Amino acid sequence: MATEEGKIDPMHQFEVQTILEGFALGGQQIALTNSAVWMLVAVAGLWAFMLGGMKRELVPGRWQMMVEGFTGFIDNMMEANIGPAGRKYAPYVFSLFMFILFSNIFGLLPVGVLGLHPFTVTSHLTVTGVLAIMSFSIVLIVGFAKHKLHFFSLFIPDGTPLPMIPFIFIVELLSFLVRPFSLALRLFVAMTAGHILLKVLAGFVINSSNAGAGYGVLVGIPSFALMIGISALELLVAVVQAYVFALLTSLYINDAENLH
Amino acid sequence: MPQIDQIALTYGSQIFWVLLTFGFTFIVIGLGMFPKIQGTVDARDKRIADDLEAARTANVTADKLEESYRVKMENDRSDAQALVEASKAKANAAAEKRKNKANADIAAKVATAEADIRARAGEALKEIETVSAEVAQDMVAKISGAKVTKAAALKEAKAALKHG
Repeated sequence: MATEEGKIDPMHQFEVQTILEGFALGGQQIALTNSAVWMLVAVAGLWAFMLGGMKRELVPGRWQMMVEGFTGFIDNMMEANIGPAGRKYAPYVFSLFMFILFSNIFGLLPVGVLGLHPFTVTSHLTVTGVLAIMSFSIVLIVGFAKHKLHFFSLFIPDGTPLPMIPFIFIVELLSFLVRPFSLALRLFVAMTAGHILLKVLAGFVINSSNAGAGYGVLVGIPSFALMIGISALELLVAVVQAYVFALLTSLYINDAENLH
Repeated sequence: MPQIDQIALTYGSQIFWVLLTFGFTFIVIGLGMFPKIQGTVDARDKRIADDLEAARTANVTADKLEESYRVKMENDRSDAQALVEASKAKANAAAEKRKNKANADIAAKVATAEADIRARAGEALKEIETVSAEVAQDMVAKISGAKVTKAAALKEAKAALKHG
């Protein structure tokens, strides 16, 4: 959080800062940024978490049980949404879910008290966009590889009257093409909004306390109480958004796998 | 909004790092660890299902064994019953036979004894008749002096004895 002469900028937390210059690739500087560090931290955390589930004991311990809960959750979701053919996409959806979940939750960690700068990589459109485009590409590749041009019948729901087909086709095609944007924007906006809200409330606490003890009690304490509640809500949002991203990806893959 | 403001400057590094980290996640965790963990779960589920199946089979076998044991018990019991019945009948028959034989023996003995008694009684009667005939002969001779033949005396005595 940057304070420029007492002014608190809630957007500062989203700034990408370069730590190491790195190298140039096609005119773009590929630097090691704070965003990259948090991605690496999230993946390292995820890897450590998964390692606890690799004991592969017949009778699982607590940690293994927890990891198996996550894998079983995604596995069941694929089975329920796509059917038996869905299990081959489970590794991808599982990676997606866990990557987003860990990025979301690590971005919420109160490492600010240790003097570190928390950063939520999923609050960046570039990151969520890459993930959304990846999911959308899989849908396109699977759809056209499996059904060839018949894949376009996805845009004509069953029982559409003949004169309506051209209009319905255009509407369905548009809604299909909007999918990667809605997928990317939903996660990006949800994470950004929550973090801005937390930082604005935190700014209230600091500014009102600076203005005097009376303001601090009157404004600071209710704001702080609200922050506690919203932090809990943000944890929920972090999980729900990861779930929504994985669920929608599985539903889109279902369209490609089974048409309808 | 820095996400939009910085997009032209940072998209290269952002995309590079997300592809790198997500690629690592997908290859190492998604393709490497996920199937192994899910395999463990599947193996456990299968093992549980197999064990349950084995338990069910064992249960059925136990039921069958119990049934066959019960049937065998039943058969043995009825066999034993029949054997007891047969030996009882045999023993009864033997006892009956022995009893009959004893009865017959006794009857025969009684018959001979009765015949003996009858014979002796007849003899005794004859003796009494002869004696009474002789007495009557003597009495007649002494009282009337008439000579009575032995045969007549015997006839008279017999008649008198018959009347009592």
